[in-house]
Amino acid sequence: MSYGSLDLNTVWYILIGVLFTGYAMLDGFDLGVGALHLFTKSDEDRRVMLNAIGPVWDGNEVWLVTGGGALFAAFPEVYATVFSGFYMAFVLLLVALIFRAVAIEFRSKQPMRWWRQMWDVGFAAGSVLSSLLIGIAMGNIAWGIPLDERGEFTGTFASLLHPYSLCLGVTTLALFAMHGAIYAVLKTEGALQARLRSWVNRTIIAFIVCYAITTMATLLYVPHMAARMRAHPWLFSVALVNMLAIANIPRAIQHRREGQAFLSSCVAMAALMGLFGLELYPNLVLSQPEPAHSLTIHNAASSPKTLGIMLTIAIIGVPVVIAYTISIYWIFRGKVKLDRMSY
Amino acid sequence: MSMDVLTLSRVQFGLTASFHYLYPPLSIGLGVVLVLTEALWLKTGQPLYHQMARFWTKVFALTFALGVATGIVLEFEFGTNWATFSRYVGDVFGSALAAEGIFAFFLESGFLAVLLFGWDKVSRGVHFFATCMVCLGAHFSAIWIVVANSWMQTPAGYHIVEEGLRARAEITDFWAMVFNPSAMDRLFHVLCGAWQAGAFLVVSVSAWYLLQGRHTAFARASLRLGLAVGLGASVLQLVSGHRSAVGVARYQPAKLAAFEGLYETGPYAPLTLLGWVDEKAETTRGPAVPGLLSLLVHGDPAQPVTGLREFPPEDRPPVQATFQLFHAMVGIGFGLIAVAGLGFLYFWRGSLFEKRWLLWVLVFAVLGPQLANQCGWFAAEIGRQPWIVYGRLRTAEGLSAVVQAEAVLTSLVLFTLIYALLFAVFVYLLNDKIQHGPDAADLTPSGKLALPTRGNA
Repeated sequence: MSYGSLDLNTVWYILIGVLFTGYAMLDGFDLGVGALHLFTKSDEDRRVMLNAIGPVWDGNEVWLVTGGGALFAAFPEVYATVFSGFYMAFVLLLVALIFRAVAIEFRSKQPMRWWRQMWDVGFAAGSVLSSLLIGIAMGNIAWGIPLDERGEFTGTFASLLHPYSLCLGVTTLALFAMHGAIYAVLKTEGALQARLRSWVNRTIIAFIVCYAITTMATLLYVPHMAARMRAHPWLFSVALVNMLAIANIPRAIQHRREGQAFLSSCVAMAALMGLFGLELYPNLVLSQPEPAHSLTIHNAASSPKTLGIMLTIAIIGVPVVIAYTISIYWIFRGKVKLDRMSY
Repeated sequence: MSMDVLTLSRVQFGLTASFHYLYPPLSIGLGVVLVLTEALWLKTGQPLYHQMARFWTKVFALTFALGVATGIVLEFEFGTNWATFSRYVGDVFGSALAAEGIFAFFLESGFLAVLLFGWDKVSRGVHFFATCMVCLGAHFSAIWIVVANSWMQTPAGYHIVEEGLRARAEITDFWAMVFNPSAMDRLFHVLCGAWQAGAFLVVSVSAWYLLQGRHTAFARASLRLGLAVGLGASVLQLVSGHRSAVGVARYQPAKLAAFEGLYETGPYAPLTLLGWVDEKAETTRGPAVPGLLSLLVHGDPAQPVTGLREFPPEDRPPVQATFQLFHAMVGIGFGLIAVAGLGFLYFWRGSLFEKRWLLWVLVFAVLGPQLANQCGWFAAEIGRQPWIVYGRLRTAEGLSAVVQAEAVLTSLVLFTLIYALLFAVFVYLLNDKIQHGPDAADLTPSGKLALPTRGNA
């Protein structure tokens, strides 16, 4: 299998971007549902919320596992530097994800109040912490991290928690909460749905405020993340798509077109990731204050042979994955009905 | 002496890997049981098989959830704790991991939704298909991770580029990497162990119901299926184990010598049945059969087997631990054949249900495959030491350069606490499901399941 003159490094940069975007769109809503979970008070409402994501959260998390695997495979230097450099952040993310997974599975297995409350808190805390950490990681990649000449991280865990990365953490949390609220509206009915509808509006406002602050901070303090757009003004169309998609969400909710609202939210996420990717390219990890040590799609990549083999695997596998992912969402379409197999 | 990063990282990886490895074998083995049960249900239309499929699906879901939750940790740990190793093997592992993600994980987790929640939403045929896909996905995930691990034991299809600290392996031949010398034997061995784990869980629960006199019809049918799969897998395990050991002798002679506690190279190499290794005096004490090791490895007692003295001390694995773990695994393996054989014999004669002592043995037999799987993995990994990639990269060289001992100690404590909690909850819920037992309501299928399948109407 030879792909001739195809720029495999760029192809894999895009594919990994697609995997992480898929992760944000899919696991984003179930992290968001988790963040909102404790605001639903009755046990039945909480079960409806859990079962809204019940059949799909596991598959959604696989996007992260595959994204991590693809990063390891295509850009081992980045995987090694980021995972060892952000050691405590990743350990906390793992702890949060484990708690979430286990909480979903175990919460409704026993009727005791304390039991359910304990797992509900674990589920919500795990979801909030995961969202924050993902945002903080993104913030650090955008801001740049100190690397030495061998590409090893030279900072500390505390140095990763600066105002800009925290700002992106909160923005990500708000984005996922909005996304989750819209998804929950799609999957519920009656009084719970009416309540969730009002939450969508609140989360949209929260997200837009965070987004505006982050954008300002980026333009003022992280100018390299807007440099490409300054040089190529037509790229502003991506930002425009992003803003129109966000603006369409309250409108669609108002007109009871929840499906359209959810798609708009997905488009907004894709556009955000697109902007992030466009500005970062060809870097994968930006080194600050020594930009020469940055990890790029060229100095951090696997051999062209491996990238080619992986592309073949992806070309065979991805269409199949997409086909059955869609058919599973189709089988479980419609409103949540609790039965004895439910969580 | 304070613990260093290397020790802490090894302890953490050992802990997280062995805890993870309690669950995927159960998922793989129960996956096979589920496929067989649903196939029997489709073929015979007997509601008993439907009840069995529903009950074992619940147990499957529990093991699967734990497997996913603990598996992500391992994927991340390569990067967090073993960054230099990750840089070294990234190019080789790349294709295997990509295949695992795309072919195995998506398949498993996607169709799991239908398996668990689709009973009333899809037809019997579609549900059976979903069950087969989940089972296939579980097997695929074993394939790719065992291929990657086998490459660390017997690397092939690669060359080394750059030097010193920047040296790393690059793939030259994808299929040579996949079919590296130990890959297929070890995969077969791991899968047999997984089938045993699943089958003996079914056997254990069923035998317990029979001892209690509860759910008798359900227990008899489950026991028959469990014993059949368990006996088949245990006998195949003997074949796969032998093939693996012959491969180890050929490609990792120091490891085989440690398995057998063999220091002296020579013909008529003895097989020590059980014993104690004196690493200082370089001898192994215990009853041994002269020439048997040579016979097993080469098919000829006069052929020499390489002993540990051929290797400088810094290239030898810890002999005592490797020897004892390996022997424990082999001993348990033979024990399981005996137990499954006896169970099957008396089942066939029709007198098993009166033999309460044997039913009690079957109840506790569930621990056998789990212990053997753990011992086997520890023997395989400790036996590979001091190498992380056999003969190429030492374990001590594979560490993350930037991670401090305090950070690893913190994460080790965190993981230990969480895993202890997870394990307690797992045992509690598994016990709860077993006490609750199969649902009587499942004997009268509802919804789409009540529709007769074509040909059975």
